[in-house]
Amino acid sequence: MAAEALGWWGVPLGILAGTLRGSAPFLFVSLGECLTEKSGKINLGLEGTLLTGAMSAYAISYLASDKWGIPTSVSPWLGVLVAGCAGMILGFIHAWLSQQPKVNDIAVGIAMIIFGSGIAFYFGKAFIQPKAPQLPTIDLGNWSAMPAVQSALKISPLFIFGVLLAPLMAWFFKSTRWGLFVRAVGDSPDAALAMGVSIKRVRMLCIIAGSFLAGIGGACLSLYYPGLWSESISSGQGLMAVALVIFARWNPVQCLWASLFFGGAQAIGPALQSVGVDQGRYLFNAMPYILTLLIMIITCSPKKTLSGAPGALGTING
Amino acid sequence: MALSRSNWRSRSESVVIPLAALMVALVLFGIFCMFGGKNPFAVYAAIFKTAFGSWNAFQGTLLRAAPLMLTALCTALPARLGLMVIGNEGALVLGGLGAAAVGLILSYGSITPNPAQLQTTLGLAPTVVQIGMALGGIIAGGIWIAIVGALRHYRAVNETISSLLMNYIAIALLNHLVEGPWKDPASLNKPSTFPIPELYRLGNIGSTRIHYGLIYGLLACAIAYFLIQHTTFGFAARTAGGNVKAARIAGLPVGKLTIIICFLAGSCAGLAGMVEVAAVQGQANASIVAGYGYAGILVAFIARYNALAAAVVAILLGGIINSGGALQRSFGMPDATVLVFQGLVFLVVLYSESLYGRFKIFKEPEIPIAPPPVPSAAVPV
Amino acid sequence: MSNRYIYVPRRQVIRGLLATAAFGATSKLWTGCSSSPTDTASTSGTSGASPDAGKPITIGFIYNAPKADYGWNQAHAVGAAAIASMPGIKIIEQESVPETKEVQEVMRNMIDQDGATVVIATSFGYFDPHVLEVAKAYPDVQFLHCGTLWKEGLAKNIGSFFALVDEGQYLAGRIAAQASKGGKIGFVGAKPINPVLRNINSFMLGARSVKPDIKMQVIFTGDWSLPVKEADATNSLADQGFDVIAVHVDSPKVVIETAEKRGLLSSGFHSDQSALAPKGYLTGTVYNWGTIYKNYVELFKAGKTLINGGVKPQYIGGIAEDYIGLATFGPAVTEPIKKDVEAAKAKLVDGSAVVYKGAIKDNAGAVKIPAGKTYKVTAPELTKMDWLAEGVSGKTS
Repeated sequence: MAAEALGWWGVPLGILAGTLRGSAPFLFVSLGECLTEKSGKINLGLEGTLLTGAMSAYAISYLASDKWGIPTSVSPWLGVLVAGCAGMILGFIHAWLSQQPKVNDIAVGIAMIIFGSGIAFYFGKAFIQPKAPQLPTIDLGNWSAMPAVQSALKISPLFIFGVLLAPLMAWFFKSTRWGLFVRAVGDSPDAALAMGVSIKRVRMLCIIAGSFLAGIGGACLSLYYPGLWSESISSGQGLMAVALVIFARWNPVQCLWASLFFGGAQAIGPALQSVGVDQGRYLFNAMPYILTLLIMIITCSPKKTLSGAPGALGTING
Repeated sequence: MALSRSNWRSRSESVVIPLAALMVALVLFGIFCMFGGKNPFAVYAAIFKTAFGSWNAFQGTLLRAAPLMLTALCTALPARLGLMVIGNEGALVLGGLGAAAVGLILSYGSITPNPAQLQTTLGLAPTVVQIGMALGGIIAGGIWIAIVGALRHYRAVNETISSLLMNYIAIALLNHLVEGPWKDPASLNKPSTFPIPELYRLGNIGSTRIHYGLIYGLLACAIAYFLIQHTTFGFAARTAGGNVKAARIAGLPVGKLTIIICFLAGSCAGLAGMVEVAAVQGQANASIVAGYGYAGILVAFIARYNALAAAVVAILLGGIINSGGALQRSFGMPDATVLVFQGLVFLVVLYSESLYGRFKIFKEPEIPIAPPPVPSAAVPV
Repeated sequence: MSNRYIYVPRRQVIRGLLATAAFGATSKLWTGCSSSPTDTASTSGTSGASPDAGKPITIGFIYNAPKADYGWNQAHAVGAAAIASMPGIKIIEQESVPETKEVQEVMRNMIDQDGATVVIATSFGYFDPHVLEVAKAYPDVQFLHCGTLWKEGLAKNIGSFFALVDEGQYLAGRIAAQASKGGKIGFVGAKPINPVLRNINSFMLGARSVKPDIKMQVIFTGDWSLPVKEADATNSLADQGFDVIAVHVDSPKVVIETAEKRGLLSSGFHSDQSALAPKGYLTGTVYNWGTIYKNYVELFKAGKTLINGGVKPQYIGGIAEDYIGLATFGPAVTEPIKKDVEAAKAKLVDGSAVVYKGAIKDNAGAVKIPAGKTYKVTAPELTKMDWLAEGVSGKTS
């Protein structure tokens, strides 16, 4: 299969491929964070959750197929499930701790980053070298004769799940009774109390569910793309997701667009270098951060609170 | 509030609670070690011995604490205004770059001196160059966080997120400069700026191996404490931190306060960057990004944003970092063990925040301010 | 206000003091515990690696990242493990030590607390100023640094060792050129620094010695371990029709696996990655740090040290010294290629061929090594290399 050079066409293709491959972790973490923040709490610790998820998914996928004799078609999915559950445990710690009186949720988040990454690194040592079975991909590019296009369109089922989840979550917030509870708890806890909703319980569930999604985001990293466990597997996706939710205005569908954008932005640097543009490599690599900041500067305004911002967000025990 | 706490009962509360939290964290960590097949008491002994066991060991702890004191202030000061700034690492990097730039200009007349310029320095006194470098670090780091404050005030951009993003941007900027425009062509294996001449670097205190960064750290913590607690400026900041609306109504210049406090915060972290460049590395390169900024956030939180407490907590955390090595060398535990330990300490200390005022034993007997007209119902504890 | 003034500092001071005391109380119970580090070796006075004392020679290894990184540090840790089982040797290791004051403290702790008489610093950035500084304070302890930085006039207790990969990468380049169908090689590198540039250039010189018109594109990811960027870089190179991917990042695993997924050939680094890509893996240079470490240990056990002159201050070598080797050949390395490589390797080993033989131009056309001039891999001139060879597309800054 003699690959033909794509030349400059490789740049948009590379970015497209990067978008489809690299945005899944952003998507899951930002949806998780969106759910968490809608209930009025911030979980900055999703970076630690992401790492723990990535490690446990890879570890389970490897152990299940190599040691426990589970077929390789099942073991990665088992890994995904365990990653989500590991996320839920960390989520529970965060939810419980951040709802104690006088405890700041951002501080808890940073503690959870340290704790989560510590756990992931501590238990992950043995899984850096082995090769774990990867998640299958859905090949949408077989119509094309070009291997570059075929490869770009190898899409993870998890990514599709995430894409479907975004509108589903939007619908959940808008049209379901439980969605209303979440919004009420996040926007005006007093009203929620009046409705007879337990603020603590709703927040607990939202944070745990959000962490479940972040754990799955980690599984996307280790079992799909780039597809291994390494201590530097996350380049801050968990932290960026928090920024992402803000400029997505707490809207799950916009989280999807923002995640696609971030995934693509990651691939700009390497794609340009592959056609010989390598000026300002580091500045290109910092693009996602610079763009996020710029977008925040443009979209935020002191005159009004952001539309969609949960009213209780950032208030102590709000 | 301040009055009622001056009594011994509540004072002991603020000693007993953190102490108990620390003990609980140690117990949890001990259990964790037991699962790893280690004797927890041997681990405790090793931690203590490496961190505080002798003057020699304690010097290592103080050395590690020095940058943490400075970076902790970067979070602790804005927190008094109710702002959660975590841009410590970025401000440290900018401070390092600023210090290196000023240091080189004052030494050779240029950031990228040509071989002829490298032959002789401009001949300034070491104190002049050192003050210049410190100012370079302070101003660069200060402006970096002042931007965060300005964005917060004028554009309502969330300061936690913007300062976090600016960390990444600062590190990219550092890499760009030391591998591009500011690169010393001789630094082939480790791209760096030109080195600051030996003469102009910061030395050690007396015969110890602790550099002057520790003095800077202690001084900065003391000054920050005085500024916040004992000046009208600090009073204004605390008032605004308590209630922005009330502060505005009272006519306090909230915007100005925000930007000044953020500048001061950034300048502390910037000074830490200057110390890294002028006392440790001798030049700016990627090694100054060593996580001191993130550790500083931890220190600030545990110290409950109190600048003096930050100095003490920095020493404690310096000890933990110091002892992390012993866990690896003597027990064969992986590097991540110390992360788990830090995480546990941090989580338990945060939980302990919620315990203040919960225990009856720390409650002072009710002192009626005005005699109640009717015997009131017992105040629930 | 005044109340607060008195109240807060005291509270904090007491808090700190009690915290310290808490450590003390727990530790007192167990000071006799066997597994706690012994303080017997306040080594400043005792002489270096003397075998007569009957106690083992303690060697401290310092790594700048986790030692299980499947890359640079793991290659060293494997070497360290190879000497750990030798009688009379005790090794202590510390990983993830940054190139700051921290590494100086770690060296001091290894010496003061664990009684190390030899310290092996495996990261380039540990040398200046850190090894230099600590070596001054402990004139009886031997400091061995992994790099080519040793020069005349340093303290007697400092030595360097290094395995030069140029010959291995030259051979890997020859293999790549012969296995490649399209004649386009992609290279994923971390940073454009001297060791990476030497790796790229020697690979290219090897490839060009077979096919003079071969082209190479380099992508620098910007740091030693950025898995997503490395995968993106490999995919971008695949999109551009490069059919062999070579690599110099901390852990080549991502690049090798991604190349395999794209059906490309790949050439690894640091250690043997043939298991990761059963179809496309060609070979790659592997480090044999164990060879060097065993050599040192033999010398130490014979009572030789840097200080008494029995150990040379610098051990640098390549394929002839068995400091490096080639990884297991993959299926794409056919019999004729294997024969060619064996022949080329024999020539490199006996010195009848060299990697750097003028005239060599850089990729802007300037002559960097004039015609008729040859450099052995140990030549100090090569440590100043800051250019990319002819045919390599990419920029060094």
